[in-house]
Amino acid sequence: MSIRLGVLFGRIRLEEKLLIAEALRRGLEVIQIDSRRLVLDLSGDYQFEVLLEREISHSRALYALNLLQNSGVQTINSYEVALVCGDKVATSKALWDAGVPTPEIKVAFTPQSALAAIEELGYPVVLKPVTGSWGRLMAKINDRDAAEAILEHRTQLGSYYHSIFYLQKYLEKPGRDIRAFVAGDETIGAIYRSSAHWITNTARGGQASNCPVTPELNDLCLRAARAVGGGLLAIDLMESPEGLTVHEVNYTPEFRHSVDITGVNIPARMIDYVIQVARGAALPAAS
Amino acid sequence: MIACPECGSKLTIADDVVQNEIVECESCGVELEVTNLTPLQVELAPEEQEDWGE
Repeated sequence: MSIRLGVLFGRIRLEEKLLIAEALRRGLEVIQIDSRRLVLDLSGDYQFEVLLEREISHSRALYALNLLQNSGVQTINSYEVALVCGDKVATSKALWDAGVPTPEIKVAFTPQSALAAIEELGYPVVLKPVTGSWGRLMAKINDRDAAEAILEHRTQLGSYYHSIFYLQKYLEKPGRDIRAFVAGDETIGAIYRSSAHWITNTARGGQASNCPVTPELNDLCLRAARAVGGGLLAIDLMESPEGLTVHEVNYTPEFRHSVDITGVNIPARMIDYVIQVARGAALPAAS
Repeated sequence: MIACPECGSKLTIADDVVQNEIVECESCGVELEVTNLTPLQVELAPEEQEDWGE
């Protein structure tokens, strides 16, 4: 019997197009679920056994994963993985607890306490929204004047989330960082993202080039993946003076810039993993 | 041939386009969502929200 795979999306990017095409090519029955038309309930009667979650909105992904997973659908990734990866505080804590090298952070709830935390960390400090992606609203704070201005501005942005101050010690890096793709128990490929700007996201103009997956990189990526619950993930790492350090784990990875550069058919490897899970292969155990 | 709802330029859309795919107007750069395949229809794509990402 063929596998019935739900694909949850709010937007068909190139990634979703490639994943759906690959799933169809492999003989899976694909049920496309547009979150804008989706209505969920508590009964748990769905026409698919496995869900590949590719929703672009973190909030929608969380609610959908909660109801689908807890109604017996095998979701990739899990609700718990989305909870951890979608929240930078939770990610940092999970990595830290698992002994994965990760930048020092502080969390504060008022501009006054955030300023104290910044001065304790020492300049420069990076202020990031707890939820968000693509380098959006990240600020590198170089001195006290900037700190006071940015903290005041954040409190005026409207969303309460901007008053959860996630402060990360700024690490010197060699003009690039690393994005590595994990599927289950394997790091399937990695790229360097290079930029003259301190923000290296390819969504912000960072240039991608192939990064060899060394045993050291593979080991660290798998430890980071297990720390957040495992699955189909993209791990962001920096080459700090103290060695590789993980600063983020993405649970709905974009890979359009990485397929040609790594020479790895990332959507095919992701669908390999989906098929393994659908056939009952155990998900990687959380550490 | 259909026109960009933003700038009115004629759109070139690939033959393998799928339902709900995001395409860009080559003329003005606006993001469009393919809302129907036959006949081909596009609308302005939803704007980026604060919780969007990877």
